Amino acid sequence: MRKRKDKAWYVLFVIPLLFVFTTVVIVPFVIGIGYSFISWDGMPLNPKTFVGFDNYIRIFSDKRFLSSVTHTLLFTVISVLIINVIGLGFALVVTSRLRIRNAVRTMLFMPYLIGGLILGYIWKFIFTDLFKMIGEITGINNIFFSWLLNPRYALVAMIVVTTWQMAGYIMIIYINGIQSIPEDVVEAAKVDGAGFWRTLLHVKFPLIMPSFTICLFMTLSNCFKIFDVNVSLTGGGPNNSTEMMAMNIYNEIFSLNRYGYGQAKAIVFFIAVATITLIQVAITKKREVEM
Amino acid sequence: MKKITRFIIQVIIIGFCLLHLFPIYIVFVNSFKDRQELYSNMMAPPSEFTLEYYKLAMEKMNFFRAFGNSIIVTVASIAIIVLLASMTAWMLVRNNNRLSKLIFFVFVATMIIPFQTIMMPLMQVMGWIRDTLHIPMLNTLGGLIYMNVGFGASMAVFLYHGFIKSIPISLEEAATIDGCNKGRVFFSIVFPMLKPTTVTVMILDVIWIWNDYLLPSLTLSDKALRTIPLSTAFFFGQFTIEWNLAMAGLTLTIIPVIIFYVAAQKHIVKGVAAGAVKM
Repeated sequence: MRKRKDKAWYVLFVIPLLFVFTTVVIVPFVIGIGYSFISWDGMPLNPKTFVGFDNYIRIFSDKRFLSSVTHTLLFTVISVLIINVIGLGFALVVTSRLRIRNAVRTMLFMPYLIGGLILGYIWKFIFTDLFKMIGEITGINNIFFSWLLNPRYALVAMIVVTTWQMAGYIMIIYINGIQSIPEDVVEAAKVDGAGFWRTLLHVKFPLIMPSFTICLFMTLSNCFKIFDVNVSLTGGGPNNSTEMMAMNIYNEIFSLNRYGYGQAKAIVFFIAVATITLIQVAITKKREVEM
Repeated sequence: MKKITRFIIQVIIIGFCLLHLFPIYIVFVNSFKDRQELYSNMMAPPSEFTLEYYKLAMEKMNFFRAFGNSIIVTVASIAIIVLLASMTAWMLVRNNNRLSKLIFFVFVATMIIPFQTIMMPLMQVMGWIRDTLHIPMLNTLGGLIYMNVGFGASMAVFLYHGFIKSIPISLEEAATIDGCNKGRVFFSIVFPMLKPTTVTVMILDVIWIWNDYLLPSLTLSDKALRTIPLSTAFFFGQFTIEWNLAMAGLTLTIIPVIIFYVAAQKHIVKGVAAGAVKM
């Protein structure tokens, strides 16, 4: 009797969320795999033809997609490095004994709360109109011109905006890591004669390895999946030169109406995200030390 | 000497921070200028403060409507996520059998799936529900809230699961002996204890749902249903950008975020850190 009642409570507590979750995430994921083997233009009345692995084979000769892979990788690697270096630098400042540390933290974290879409629009103005104006006034035209019209600089602009958004967030995680370092360990290093840099490299860094794992994971997956900033800042232009993978998939499905083919790309995208982040976590986890 | 270097370092850092917020300054000062003044000097403060462009931007963005929609979607989604995820996580922890382990594993493992991988089939599933079961899942705030709950479920269950594991079970057992049923045990004893995690979940979900653009853009097509990111995107897409008007519009969208930040800064910083560290 009691057992049966317990089961009823279990069902009552677990099923509602599990049901929503299944219909929103699990079912679409599974039938998405099915869609990737089909050719379809998205119109409900038009036929869906089974094409086997054709969609996947086509991906390898899709120049636009392959170049979006290149942009994404380039963008991700550079952004992840810069964001982590700056974020860690900020964190060291904020955890120092300087009096201004709280103000610094408040100001640096702020952009993270504003969504990527809005940030992209703000910076669009800066990179086009403001930069042009500064160039005209100062005469330094080779740095200050409309960045978004130049393929290479447009990619740099993407990196700048993403860094601006994420660095403060990454800082918060590093701060947490640094503050959890036991005071006596740092003191002991000082007594043994280690200077600022040696303490940093040989005592502090090994102890905040878990923070590195988290920060690398967060920046890697966020940058790899970047979409909102892409839409509002460059729109993928000029000439698709800043179109990232997420945007390429979106365009393939909803602009070019190739639902099956776009879905095959989406599956490839999933495999890529999963592989890269799992490898990264496996590598950095290994280097974490136990206290 | 040491004092002076310290001072100089602080000045440099503060200067850097101000530079960091420079884009927000640019948006703000230019939101008061007319076209001509804006293009004559973009960095100077405005010669006069006029709210004219704010009024125009508000009209064009249908700002209050969009703000209301954003509030409804954010609050309702989060309330449901918090309620259902805490219930689920508690049951999974307290009945840690094979089934529970499997369910928990599925919740966690699917966190890695990018949204782009499921967006198209999700729209098909929701379209099917609308056509066959006649439940309006697309182009309604309710449908969007439902999908937000689905997407927020994993992380919330994960965070609650980790926290509940650390609470001793003895209190719940005592309550059971006193004759409380599971529902009462959960709502009057367990749920209040989960407050720190609830705050974390709320903060992380506010940042995500308030700024979410792609999912609402796929599900909502009615003008009257637009959330803030949607109406901003349409505002920018509509005409060749009149930047002074656009700046007023952007300032309008940033103000609620700043108010939220100032009001709950401590919780936000803590919540963001806690959410990430448990990942």
